[in-house]
Amino acid sequence: MTAIAPPVAGAHRTRARTDRRRQGWVRRAPLLPALVFTIIVTQLPFLVTLYYSLESWSLVRPGSQHFVGFGNYADVFKDSQFRTTALNTVIMTVGSVLIAMVLGVLLALLLDRKFLGRGVVRTLLITPFLVMPVGAALLWKTTMFDPTFGIVNFILRPFGIGHFDWLSSLPLGSVMIEMIWQWTPFMMLLVLAGLQSQPKDILEAASCDGARPFAIFRELTLPHLRRYIELGVVLGAIYVVNDFDAVYMMTQGGPGISSANLPFYIYQRAFLGFQVGQAAAMGVVVVVATIIVATFALRLIFTSFSGTEQAA
Amino acid sequence: MSADSMTAQPGPATAEPAYAGPRARRRNNSLTWGIVGWVVGILFFFPVLWMVLTSFKTEAQAYTNTPTLIFSPTLSQYKTVFSSGLWPYVANSAFATIVSTILVLALATPCAFALSLRPVKKTRDVLFFFISTKMLPVVAAIIPIYIAARDLHMLDNIFTLVILYTAMNLPIAVWMMRSFFLEVPGELLEAAEMDGAPLRRTVVEVILPLVAPGLAATALICCIFSWNEFFFAVNLTATRAATVPVFLVGFISSEGLYFAQLAAAATVATLPVVLAGWVAQRQLVRGLSFGAIK
Amino acid sequence: MTRRRDIGGANGSAARSPATGSGGRPVSRRAFLAGTAGGTALALSGCATGAQQLFSGGSSGTTITVAIVSNSQMQDAISLSPLFEQEHPGVHLTFVSLPENEARAKITADVSTQGGEFDVVMISNYETPMWSANGWLVNLQPYINATPGYDAADFLPQLRATLSHRGDLYSVPFYGESSFLMYRKDLMQQAGVTMPKRPTWDQVAQIAARMHNAKKGQVGICLRGDPGWGENLAPMDTVINAFGGRWFDPQWRAQLTSAPVEHAVTTYVSLLQKYGEPGAPEAGFSECATLYSQGDAAMWYDATSAVSTIEDPTSSKVAGKSGYAWAPTQDGRPSGWLYTWSLAIPSTCPHKQAAWDFISWMTSKTYIRTVGQKLGWSHVPPGSRFSSYQIPQYKKLSSVYGPLTLQSINATNSAHPALQPVPYTGIQFLDIPEFQDLGTNVSEQFSAAIAGSQPVGSALAQAQQYAQAVGDTYRST
Repeated sequence: MTAIAPPVAGAHRTRARTDRRRQGWVRRAPLLPALVFTIIVTQLPFLVTLYYSLESWSLVRPGSQHFVGFGNYADVFKDSQFRTTALNTVIMTVGSVLIAMVLGVLLALLLDRKFLGRGVVRTLLITPFLVMPVGAALLWKTTMFDPTFGIVNFILRPFGIGHFDWLSSLPLGSVMIEMIWQWTPFMMLLVLAGLQSQPKDILEAASCDGARPFAIFRELTLPHLRRYIELGVVLGAIYVVNDFDAVYMMTQGGPGISSANLPFYIYQRAFLGFQVGQAAAMGVVVVVATIIVATFALRLIFTSFSGTEQAA
Repeated sequence: MSADSMTAQPGPATAEPAYAGPRARRRNNSLTWGIVGWVVGILFFFPVLWMVLTSFKTEAQAYTNTPTLIFSPTLSQYKTVFSSGLWPYVANSAFATIVSTILVLALATPCAFALSLRPVKKTRDVLFFFISTKMLPVVAAIIPIYIAARDLHMLDNIFTLVILYTAMNLPIAVWMMRSFFLEVPGELLEAAEMDGAPLRRTVVEVILPLVAPGLAATALICCIFSWNEFFFAVNLTATRAATVPVFLVGFISSEGLYFAQLAAAATVATLPVVLAGWVAQRQLVRGLSFGAIK
Repeated sequence: MTRRRDIGGANGSAARSPATGSGGRPVSRRAFLAGTAGGTALALSGCATGAQQLFSGGSSGTTITVAIVSNSQMQDAISLSPLFEQEHPGVHLTFVSLPENEARAKITADVSTQGGEFDVVMISNYETPMWSANGWLVNLQPYINATPGYDAADFLPQLRATLSHRGDLYSVPFYGESSFLMYRKDLMQQAGVTMPKRPTWDQVAQIAARMHNAKKGQVGICLRGDPGWGENLAPMDTVINAFGGRWFDPQWRAQLTSAPVEHAVTTYVSLLQKYGEPGAPEAGFSECATLYSQGDAAMWYDATSAVSTIEDPTSSKVAGKSGYAWAPTQDGRPSGWLYTWSLAIPSTCPHKQAAWDFISWMTSKTYIRTVGQKLGWSHVPPGSRFSSYQIPQYKKLSSVYGPLTLQSINATNSAHPALQPVPYTGIQFLDIPEFQDLGTNVSEQFSAAIAGSQPVGSALAQAQQYAQAVGDTYRST
């Protein structure tokens, strides 16, 4: 006879379930510190913002704090300026990120070739990403784009440009140029990493088989780069959407509101009008809109990500 | 081939030319690419170069209609910058940057591990949650945060910035570290498990060394974002905890443009991160290209 | 020029960046990195605490935190502040110096939420009436009365009026300004043009047409065009007042589409478009100052305090070549604006006497003499005290523009800024809390009109809507 009585069937199942649950917690445990920290530091302010969005409160008119329910949200949707700045934000984000990515891919392809001083060129190319955004915006505004003293006009003088006023005639474009300049190196690095992680034997085999370079790029390299490009686009978009420094330093949203984006517009409401409730409501609207857009975008990304888990 | 990629190699990140071809053609190609590369590189770098050049001019030289390219350099702008009490700002920036980056790595690495090598249910949701925390424009939440900091007596306190920067960088760190962990071949983990090694030892001795370049890359990115962060710094600090971006902005006078002085301040403010990026760029590329281990 | 107080002198323990190994075996490198990072963090935490100590000057005595705007006169005060500390041992000063917009935002956020970050704040005649009514500022009158020799009666009466609430001063002026027209006497002489002492806007337009020479890079007139309630709206408002326009009627109905306002704005916009500086929609005080002092503009209508820049031989190519005329009007009523940077004590300040000691030092007659003697007489804060203009050296230096500055300030009437009755006070702004936002929105419309991206009519129509929204809230209260 066995010294130990075999466990009853039910108890066995419970123990297995407890084991599985404990396994589950062991797996989750490493995740918790980051999650808890993030929840406390980001969700609490968000909840407070949500609460303020239901109030009308001007910081500089004491005694003006009172509950208005969804009144602020109604104002936001009626506000034509909000729509304009939202459109500006979309243009700025999509334009800057896409152009930066295209340039990044081209530059990465360039840096993938061997040539003399390639390391130095790479160093030069990543510098824009490292420069402090407020400093970069100021410098573009003053030393580059200034109609009289700026160097861009000086270089374009032989082409007959003269005193072109970049920041007034092309406000959104000027801000986008500055953003593209800052973000291209980031995209370039990601894509370069992707290029260098590509197994070269496949490419050599294809080339030996007589495939033309462009076909090789399109059929082999580009699919491999896809997850790097998508990562770059997602990360870049998240940062560019919330970019405040560039607009603030370069154009202050002007002329009119032609270059104002949502963060800048909300800033004006919060720090010029000191309208806490309205600014909070706008912030909430932006979050909801971004989440909706991002849900669709990320669903696309995740299909490619989960693909690689099997590829490894 | 994998062994080669494992050991660090000096020199630029290795990459063989993609196509074999006759030597002569390769050399000609190399020259064309070289020219293109240098032109593009200088074009991109030019604004920074111009900023540094301007910082060595006098104000009168900085404001000429035709930009002066030949001039005798002066250090007077830098003297002004350095005599404006720069060092406490640098100390604050360095403290906030380094401490928040260490915190981020400490929190993000186990988190990314849990989300990749030992996937939990709802991985996608957790990842999405992290990213969603970056979707609220901070400008909308700044007044609640300001009031909270005031109530906790944390205004003008460097640790407020540390906490906020950690929260700011955590999502990106988790995402990046996760993609590095994903590169670790499943076979390695299975082999270690079959050897009966406890999980912690596997992680420390096998996996972490593999993703170390990724750690370095993530750390660099976090440092860049923390050092350059402006909005929280200018709104939540006053005298004791002010950082370098606040110092730089203090040089903008409403009364007269001082291009050269501003350029000098901007150069000094930007220099540490630029140097760090230059020195560590190899780590960055290697970290991001970790897939070469395959 | 831009000097900040050198706190603590030497840099002490400067931050050492962790050395990242660029080679070596992965495991040991990781440990190395971790060790270096940890060690550096420890060193830096000592550094940061040290820095915090440096900033607050140790734990002995009282620390007064002063929030100011980073203009040159304020920077001068910072550089001279050690003198104050010598006279008041036990009081330590720290300064937060930011550009105007940031400074204003920070100071307002702090004072309105009673944050208590600052002991002394630099505000203006925009905030003082509202904040004193809210009880956010300390009544300075008792302190003034208890300080012999301070002589508050020496302040220009218009400044005193705008900074008082129920007869008591709640902030004291550091410097004051109105607006006038600066022009290049030499260029006009060459062109055979005479500038009348009290020009009208029509005359100014004619002169600008004569003096404008795009080929030679000479601009007829420089005017602010950039958006901001304190930027292009300041001169624009004086033009609106000059033409007999107003923002609201006594029943708070917005008047921005009325004929006088339209006439005024059209004049300003077309003047800029035809004879103004390139990049006008982005040009503010600094840009115009630079353009004028480099000799590229024939006229400039702006603040009287601009003389510190254009008459400074070290940075201006046109020092001594300018003439000055009254702010242009239309019907002879003085139209210059009134603005003063002033110092106040938030009611949350725990060291009111020490704070007052500093404020009284920085706005005293002694300070003005000290600035002149130590830094040069062109650095004297203008337009605050009568006595400044009696000092022989400054009188001589400012002989060309000094009298007109004083007269312009004295001729202002903030209480009745417009031809017709209005429900608000303030000349180049409206003294209501909503004006920062309203003014900025309206000025953005004007800036777009200057850029030519929309006609003046539609800019005014949009501005009218903004103003009406604000007016409605006042009508219902």
